[in-house]
Amino acid sequence: MNEMTQAEIRHERFAFSGTGTVYSYTTVQDAPESFTEQSPYVLAMIQLDEGVMLTAQITDLGDESLAIGDRVEMVTRKLTTEGAKGMIVYGYKFRKMLPRTE
Amino acid sequence: MRPVAIIGVGMTPVGEHWDKSVRMLGAEAVQLALADAHLDAVDALYLGNSYGTTFSSQSHLGALVADYAGLGNIEAYAIEAGDASGGAALRTGYLAVASGAVNFAMVVGAEKSSDAIGSSRVEGRNVSLDADFESIHGATLPALAAMIMRRYMYEYGVDLSAFEGFSINAHANGKRNPLAMYRNIIKAGAFAKAPFVSDPVNLFDGAPDADGAAAVILAPLEWAMDRVSQPIKIGGSGVSTDTLAVHDRKDPLYLKAVALSAQKALLQAGKTREEIDFLELHDAFTILTTLSLEALGYADRGAGYRLTDKIGLTGELPICTFGGLKSRGNPTGATGVYQAVEATLQLRGQANENQVSNAKSALIQNLGGLATTAITHVLETI
Repeated sequence: MNEMTQAEIRHERFAFSGTGTVYSYTTVQDAPESFTEQSPYVLAMIQLDEGVMLTAQITDLGDESLAIGDRVEMVTRKLTTEGAKGMIVYGYKFRKMLPRTE
Repeated sequence: MRPVAIIGVGMTPVGEHWDKSVRMLGAEAVQLALADAHLDAVDALYLGNSYGTTFSSQSHLGALVADYAGLGNIEAYAIEAGDASGGAALRTGYLAVASGAVNFAMVVGAEKSSDAIGSSRVEGRNVSLDADFESIHGATLPALAAMIMRRYMYEYGVDLSAFEGFSINAHANGKRNPLAMYRNIIKAGAFAKAPFVSDPVNLFDGAPDADGAAAVILAPLEWAMDRVSQPIKIGGSGVSTDTLAVHDRKDPLYLKAVALSAQKALLQAGKTREEIDFLELHDAFTILTTLSLEALGYADRGAGYRLTDKIGLTGELPICTFGGLKSRGNPTGATGVYQAVEATLQLRGQANENQVSNAKSALIQNLGGLATTAITHVLETI
């Protein structure tokens, strides 16, 4: 095969534990069109236990408050819908870590 | 590379222009700049615009504005770098003239934010964030700024009122600027009580989206001397970028692109930051101003907000002298060109009530995203 066609970005698969710590957060009052039905919602930057950071919503918060340093865990949720009759987009959100039994 | 100068400037009022389209605003700024430079033609036009496609369903703005302004069949195209599009157009025009490929370049910034309103404007603006890792989770630019601001307050033990001096200064300067969008003053103590947009970012913290267009004409410095009485030299021009997603930065409280682009521009101009007489910073949020002053080296990490008593028109380090994004308004893709026009007026001594006395050199910095793109220019008198 020609070398010019062989270029690729190599990815290594890595499974995260899905647990992390809140680096910072905010409540979005002025949402984009595809998120108005969820508004207001809590958005956070989360430092995963393996070190990398990501941005995601905090869900299942109810009346509880959130603070920098809170422990959180990943859950799969609906993120948004591509228009009224469009595809439902699923992805990751985080919730405050539930008590562990073991 | 030959030295380049600004020989003409023009700008429209910033605000909500319900009766004008983006092409009309752009052409108006072009006509004002041509009149200022006593020219009737240029060789090329470079236009900064961020959201024409999502706000106005219109791309291809270079040709559109060149034609509508009556510039004929010249070279023309638009440049996009998020909210730093205006600065990127200035950089492109600078490179074209410095290289010798173009002699007279028109650099325009034009934006029509009011073509989209409410949540559709927020959605339209979100295209400059990381779609797969930020926007899909409902992130917005104010939300990202808010998270950085909250973390800053947490790490350095600062409360919200510490940032109020930046907004008070912007509005004090904007009040004197007849072209500014919001010419009201903000009284001490009012800032921390304003309603939240995305806490802790509130209405008195984030800059308003606006309509507007600005233009500067660039020419080789050698020719400029014979044509106009006060050419303003572009002494340095530097661009740096950072990760699109804020969460991918090793230290989200350090604006690396701000530091690097300024270092490049200052090095080229042969100046230190102490030799700069005033700054036009990208004050879209007070936390951006704070972190920019720290990254530029004017303050230590965690101490940028303490400079608020030095930034007035008569202070040691005047910033946002015509009101900045906060009070003059943020016509996104045009903002970087507004900064160039305002700095030129300061250096010519034509800033009227906004004049910084004895201003000889300026550093102007236009940011895209949360300093994902940083574009710095050093302007100076001859």
